[in-house]
Amino acid sequence: MTEQVKILVPSGALGAGNNRAPEPFDRGVREKPDVIAVDAGSTDSGPHYLGSANPKPSRAVLRSELRQLMVARAELGVPLIVGSCGTSGADNGVNIMRDICADIARELGQTVRVACLYSEQSADTVKQALREGRIRALQPERPIDEALIDRCSHIVGLMGVEPIIHALEQGADIVLAGRTTDTALMAAVPVMRGLPAGAAWHAAKTLECGALCTTAPTVGAVLATVDGTGFTIEALSEGGRATPRTVHAHMLYENADPFVLTEPGGVLDVTDATYTALDERRCRVEGSHWLPSQAYTMKLEGAAPAGYQGVILNTIRSPRYIQRFEEWISTLEARVRKTIEARLGLSSADYHLQFRAIGRDGTLGALETQTDTQPLEIGVMGIVTTPDAARTKEVLSMLNSPMLHFALPDDEEMPTHAFPFSPASMDRGVVYEFVLHHVMTVSDPIAAVRFNLETLGVPA
Amino acid sequence: MNGSTTGYHIRSKNAGPFWLTVDIFCDDAATYQRLCRDARLAHATIGTLLRTDTPSIKTFHIDALNVIKISLPRPVVQGALDDRDMHGAAWANLVRESLAA
Repeated sequence: MTEQVKILVPSGALGAGNNRAPEPFDRGVREKPDVIAVDAGSTDSGPHYLGSANPKPSRAVLRSELRQLMVARAELGVPLIVGSCGTSGADNGVNIMRDICADIARELGQTVRVACLYSEQSADTVKQALREGRIRALQPERPIDEALIDRCSHIVGLMGVEPIIHALEQGADIVLAGRTTDTALMAAVPVMRGLPAGAAWHAAKTLECGALCTTAPTVGAVLATVDGTGFTIEALSEGGRATPRTVHAHMLYENADPFVLTEPGGVLDVTDATYTALDERRCRVEGSHWLPSQAYTMKLEGAAPAGYQGVILNTIRSPRYIQRFEEWISTLEARVRKTIEARLGLSSADYHLQFRAIGRDGTLGALETQTDTQPLEIGVMGIVTTPDAARTKEVLSMLNSPMLHFALPDDEEMPTHAFPFSPASMDRGVVYEFVLHHVMTVSDPIAAVRFNLETLGVPA
Repeated sequence: MNGSTTGYHIRSKNAGPFWLTVDIFCDDAATYQRLCRDARLAHATIGTLLRTDTPSIKTFHIDALNVIKISLPRPVVQGALDDRDMHGAAWANLVRESLAA
């Protein structure tokens, strides 16, 4: 067993594009970490990135940030692990990162063994698992059937540590992984080297958002040292601190349960963990437990097209129209729906139309409790979604004239409402929805993952 | 987390596309103990306020941090056609305003 493993995390997300000072990361490099690991994906920005399989950051930003890591990796001679490539972890995201990596390796004159790990699941694979009773719904339960699986444009399975360890054991210098859990990519090396799984996974959970577990969350980089009895988190920025409070508090972040974290192959339980300040910069954590699961499960994420969407926006500034806004918008909507039926022959089941009153209850809608205040102005956003791009455009065009000129019922004159754009409407293309909230049991942690190991850059 | 006029700070955030979590960070133990007993944070009240299934709500009391965490199924799945708050940021306002009322 290795005595300790140092994990350097350069930032909470590769490609976030923040203009960070290089010093905290360079300080981490000087600590001679055993691995550099960074997450590059999330569902946090919504279903578009999985649905389309396109990454959120630009290639230029990804290239810039990956280059810094590849330079450091070569200097240190340690593995670099990037998880959830391309935001969603779909195969396309891995391929984009692989091409960027190849380009940088040539530019830097490096020869690197790169493992691509693909965890996108075909509809047939998931349907087979459903037939075999290997799909289980998580709470809150969502219905699933074969038709729903077929609707998904992309489904990914979240990898645990095993595929990453397999790639490293095959000699990979750089692992570019599809969808992984945020923690697996950081827990992989300490687990591989035989350190306690409880400490490894808890350290990984603490590291998942980079320096967010310190008093200087915006600097990006953070270091963890996992050893035989626990782990130590070290802040890397000048004046930054990892305190018992900041480290403990990170178990809360984006996590429904602050004590228990279910991962592929087991459960992390931090109920008994203790947090101790070692000095100004470092916090020591001990007492975390890992409970292996009987069945190995991969969480599934699936996004399906919800239709073609377009939006139109105007702004209402007249106090009279603001005062009687509910009456105005409901009358307008009724008129619009009637016209759509008369002119386009569409019933309300054929299209999805929603008006949002930005500045009044646009953020919370029916949940808004402060309904007795009168705003100075209201942005009216008409949102149209239908199964067909041309139909969406047609329906959207029926909103234009009323939103420009629609009057209160007893108003004889024709008002003109403010439009900020020409054209007034904006095409949003295909929009997606998350439809899977399930886990898939697999007999082998790496059987559901496809591997490709190759040498990139200049010939050795 | 210091310097609040109420003695606590509240944030809300997605915990995946199907869950929402509201964290209440108290400045001191007295505020924490008071809020732990506050009926406005009871599941029935929160369920009504956030329009969600009350039996599914989970509350965690983290004594070491003076933090109360409330997790619940998202009223609308993240990114669905009716979702208005992609990152679940705004629900914290409702809880804050309920406590201040």
